[in-house]
Amino acid sequence: MNEPFALSLEGLVVRHGDACARCTRNPDSFQRNRCPDCGSIWAARDISLRVREGEILGIVGESGSGKSTLMRALYLDTETVSGSYYLKSYRGGEEDVFKVNPRKRKHIRDHLLGMVYQNPHSGLRMPYSSSANVAEKLIAAGNRSVASMMGRTNSLLTHIEIPINRVKEPPRNFSGGMQQRVQIAKAVANNPPILLLDEVSTGLDLSVQARVLDLIKRVQREFGVTMIIVSHDLAVVRLLADRTVVMLDGRIVEQGVTDQIMEDPQHVYTQTLVNSLL
Amino acid sequence: MKDFNFAFLDEGSKRAIRRALLKAVAIPGYQVPFGSRELPIGRGWGTGGIQVTLAIIGDGDVLKVMDQGSDDSVNAISIRNFVMACTGVRTTTDSEAATLIQSRHRIPEIPMRNDQILVLQVPLPEPLRMTEELESVTKKMHAEMDYAIMWLALYENIVRVGEIELGADYPVMVEGRYIMAPSPIPRFDNPKLHMSETLCLFGAGREKKIYALPPYTDVRSLCFEDHPFRVEDMSGRVCHLCGARDVYMDEFFDSASGDRLFQCSDSGYCEKRRRAASHE
Repeated sequence: MNEPFALSLEGLVVRHGDACARCTRNPDSFQRNRCPDCGSIWAARDISLRVREGEILGIVGESGSGKSTLMRALYLDTETVSGSYYLKSYRGGEEDVFKVNPRKRKHIRDHLLGMVYQNPHSGLRMPYSSSANVAEKLIAAGNRSVASMMGRTNSLLTHIEIPINRVKEPPRNFSGGMQQRVQIAKAVANNPPILLLDEVSTGLDLSVQARVLDLIKRVQREFGVTMIIVSHDLAVVRLLADRTVVMLDGRIVEQGVTDQIMEDPQHVYTQTLVNSLL
Repeated sequence: MKDFNFAFLDEGSKRAIRRALLKAVAIPGYQVPFGSRELPIGRGWGTGGIQVTLAIIGDGDVLKVMDQGSDDSVNAISIRNFVMACTGVRTTTDSEAATLIQSRHRIPEIPMRNDQILVLQVPLPEPLRMTEELESVTKKMHAEMDYAIMWLALYENIVRVGEIELGADYPVMVEGRYIMAPSPIPRFDNPKLHMSETLCLFGAGREKKIYALPPYTDVRSLCFEDHPFRVEDMSGRVCHLCGARDVYMDEFFDSASGDRLFQCSDSGYCEKRRRAASHE
């Protein structure tokens, strides 16, 4: 493996619930991802991914297909059953990031990864000011100078078009689009080499959606960040992603260059998905 | 035969508390859980401090009990009488004559020595509680030294108001490792904990936690590089009884004349100064 992968994930398995003998021995013996005997959900079943530096990878799939579970695993936010995870920015990809101790895990989350959650309530502290929300990442990275943090947060928030006279307001005063933009500012505050975006533009009206997507494009161009973008909106993925992965029931059913997936889908589910595109 | 053991608690209980104390001294700033005993005083009225005092007090000790600096408050008197009744030790109001000082909300003005022990009563031992309500989470935060939220709360305060508004119980960082609540002492007393010659023991009876600062422990009040820690400004204030300056003052108004008066909060210190002045 000589190619410089920014991120590589091997055989990720995430399960919710205590497994029974049946689903541990043969997790493929049932139709969807829920074991009919014990009710355990196999949210991610043997997922492997490789993303090159500066690449944007799109993940599509219906709701419940394991997209967000995968994202949380990549952000070291959830317990995994098995799998290994390597980041080029962490010890040159030599050490399995799933196995590091909590202190190192915190370091990786604070310095090497940025996450934008589908729901702004998961990613932001709603009672705190927007400025403080962005500063949280800087504080976590060890900054102890109020003036330098205020300078940095103000410039970030201006960059994402939050008016300077509103940076002291808590995000709960903001519209959904503004909240998502504050999340993006927070995620990029420490210039992480990898950005994870979970349904950033979902639920936003079209003009706001366009501006958020434009912002993501700009961030990617300016900072050369590697990104993984989850969306159930194929148009978003088509616009942003170089490569696309299609998920169903916790598995990757198809992957390839985005255009190829859109123009010539191979898997039955992908065909349905592409054909449903208005 | 007496109806109760020396220092009220049975020897097994005292030993259990002393074991918690040893652990606390070994890990400065770390909150050690302990089985808080029943006392003839309600929890939340200094029972943590009392249990620590009872567990370590011996025949030869000289005890001082103070409450917000005063030897004469109801709480201080009750606790002093209780410990005296069940141990028979001598008591004093002079902080320099005491071997053991139990205090609520103040540290004596006269720097304490290495052969003395300070016991502080603690209502809320968890400094992270103001930002996180779950004990299971705060324990994990301490374990992982995940203190960003604490700094964030201070940063937010500066963003909104321009300064940190915390008064008493201003959090400190112990040996660069644990964030600790110094009990509700005024900020004025925080610097006294840094590199203190004295062993400081903290007992929270209701919350069932004990923690400690061994002598010569590095204790820093949290602050930012460009927003240094400040104590309450006592400049220009003079005690109307003893004439002291640069100590922590209580402020009150003379009900007859309406004058604004200042008085040493540490009554033992004030009394000692007045006695010395009258002997001259």
